[in-house]
Amino acid sequence: MMAGRDQVAQPLQIRKICPGAVHRCDSLPMALLGLTMGSLRWPKGQTRPGNEKSTVVKGESDHIVAELAARIFADLADPQTVNRVHDGAWKASFWQALSDAGLTLAWVPEKLGGADASLAEGFALLGVAGRFAIAAPLAETLLAGWLLTCAELEAPAGTMTVAPCRPFDRIIFGKDATLSGRAFSIPFAAEAQNLAVMAESETGIVVALVSARDCTIGEGQNLAGDPSNIVRFERVKPLRYARAPSGFDHAALMIMGSVSRSLQTAGALESILSLTVSYANERVAFDRPIGKFQAVQQNLARLAGQTAAALAVSASAADTIAQSDNLDGAAFLEAASAKIRCAEAATEGAGIAHQVFGAIGFTKEHVLHRFTLRMLGWRDEFGSESYWAAELGRRVAKRGAEEFWPMVAAR
Amino acid sequence: MTTHLQFDQVRLPPECDALRREVRAFLANEIAKGTFDPHRPGHGDSHDRDFSKRIGAKGWIGMTWPKKYGGHERSFLERYIVTEEFRVANAPVRSHFVADRQSGPVLLKYAPEHIKMNILPRICRGELCFVIGMSEPGSGSDLFAVKTKATKVDKGWRIDGTKIWTSNAQIADYMIALFRTSAPTNQNRRHGLTQFLVDMKTRGIKVSPIYQMSGQHDFNEVVFEQAFVPDDHVLGEIDGAWKQATSELAYERSGPERFLETFYLMLELIRAVGPEPDTRSAEGLGRLVAQLHTLRRMSVSVAGMLQAGKEPVVEAAIVKDLGTIWEQNLPNRVRELTAFVPPEIANRVTLEEQLAFATTIAPKLTIQGGTTEILRGIIARGLGLR
Repeated sequence: MMAGRDQVAQPLQIRKICPGAVHRCDSLPMALLGLTMGSLRWPKGQTRPGNEKSTVVKGESDHIVAELAARIFADLADPQTVNRVHDGAWKASFWQALSDAGLTLAWVPEKLGGADASLAEGFALLGVAGRFAIAAPLAETLLAGWLLTCAELEAPAGTMTVAPCRPFDRIIFGKDATLSGRAFSIPFAAEAQNLAVMAESETGIVVALVSARDCTIGEGQNLAGDPSNIVRFERVKPLRYARAPSGFDHAALMIMGSVSRSLQTAGALESILSLTVSYANERVAFDRPIGKFQAVQQNLARLAGQTAAALAVSASAADTIAQSDNLDGAAFLEAASAKIRCAEAATEGAGIAHQVFGAIGFTKEHVLHRFTLRMLGWRDEFGSESYWAAELGRRVAKRGAEEFWPMVAAR
Repeated sequence: MTTHLQFDQVRLPPECDALRREVRAFLANEIAKGTFDPHRPGHGDSHDRDFSKRIGAKGWIGMTWPKKYGGHERSFLERYIVTEEFRVANAPVRSHFVADRQSGPVLLKYAPEHIKMNILPRICRGELCFVIGMSEPGSGSDLFAVKTKATKVDKGWRIDGTKIWTSNAQIADYMIALFRTSAPTNQNRRHGLTQFLVDMKTRGIKVSPIYQMSGQHDFNEVVFEQAFVPDDHVLGEIDGAWKQATSELAYERSGPERFLETFYLMLELIRAVGPEPDTRSAEGLGRLVAQLHTLRRMSVSVAGMLQAGKEPVVEAAIVKDLGTIWEQNLPNRVRELTAFVPPEIANRVTLEEQLAFATTIAPKLTIQGGTTEILRGIIARGLGLR
């Protein structure tokens, strides 16, 4: 644990080491207009909003990516529709559309096989994915692409996930250039074609691309029924590997994973709030819509508060990471706070929403659980709120009272 | 239905850094001079007119107001920095804070020019203390129940009635008050209220103290008996005050003072758990830090959106709802987290004094400036539920 903290304290030069991650929004129109190989593409037969303009102003590209994603999600992974079908048949065409649009490898530069989007655009995409409670390894593939890019490894097409995704799990890269060890609760491991792995060697951190076929993948599901598996590496030979730049470590992966889960949680809460308010306005009891009762209104206001907190803190963390050169102190404070506060919001928000919906919201048939169970499960991935709170608390305590307000005020 | 909540990414601009350094240096100097003790929030004088004048001389009152009225035409984000630094330092700002936050802006918008020219520059110099005259014995959260009557007389109005819970009336120069000028109508129960500027030295005004359970004396009862207010002290539309009240409330609700009221306990908690806290203390502290950071990011975002001319009414109500509950719960959280620290910790006395003080003032935090229940009603309306 001590080692983990000390590693976090080192500045990580993601600007230098992640060429795909440093693009600012204003450098992206070319990719977005679909003029280059491997870039983000608007679906065939549809017009990209703002296509008539020759330039895209800074920040606008985030919205364009979000809108592109929302359109694909609504067409091919609508939560209501997905909830009604009992097989995963929708997944293939959905993934194909995401892949064709370049969204799955958003954080990978073109020369490594990706769409060359900015961190901000990828973060915007994750918020929308949360709004649709996407039950596919989109966030995981994004993170895997980011991790591979950090070691300048080419990213393959297809589904990926990342390992480890718990703060204390470690995979060893041996002298024979194979991977050994195990990682718990790897999201979508059973569905992913490849894994991007962060491993420890005697001479530092190694990033490796591994075929899922070469690993032993256990049974298991998260709260929402998506695959969540223990992955065993028994002298697995990677497809390719490279040394990570110095200063790049597990803390960086946990930070990126946490911010991703926080954004997804905030998105899920937005949908939950919207669903719950609509239901309260429609459902009649005691001769009026239940939303007219003050007790229900007060609870929905609390739900709005939790949603607002999650939205604000996750967006703040994403913005900090997208704007900064490294994952040092400021990014740590922001990412840890986002994971803690979004997980708290998920707990309280899910409770309120289920209370408003009553029995119907507790059924398999109703869509509510697609959002609530997923975000409750996300609390435990890439470090729970308890883990991050203890880490953040130790860091604040070590710096002392005099440095505390300046640290908060600097954000 | 408007369930879309918006929190723009607003960071305080770089030019604010110099201002923040200047404010911190000023406060450090005042603390060194003994003007106030930052570790004793409940003790000593919480209003200090001379201190307010020195703050005014620095240009930190009426910062956003036009220069012709003594203001400094700076941004709301710059004002935000000054407000939060003073609050965190526990500086005694009570004498000018209400005027700076809400009375001045009301005057700017609704007072006649000669009144603005007379009063606003004096507020900016830290010379005037304002109070808010809204609550009455029969009218708290339900402002439209205001009964204190303003009757038209020659060249002005005669005021009769009682305001209550009026903080700082015993030291105030002026009140911005809500009086009834007509009866409400069947169609509109909000009709018939008017805002007035009242000189507290007016004959017929009697201020009596109401002591709080914390031992402090902020509250007062203010009785008006045939008090005369001249015509040019009417602020805005006669009978139409309800239209004026709502727009400024976003400023009142979302500022740093809505979650930093018990902030000093965070510092004592850090001191008490020491540089190497056990897991329980570390986790508890970390959660509080995350919650505080979130509140501040929300509050700064609302300030930035207001500066940009947006109207984040629901977002501002959410900041106050979450913020006041957080600062209200903080004393108990700190009490729990320090339950097992060694008895000989260096800040034991300060910690216990502050815990006792914060515990006694905590109940008011979710009442003043709009109760939790009223705020949640506003949020529910914004969600399309009422």
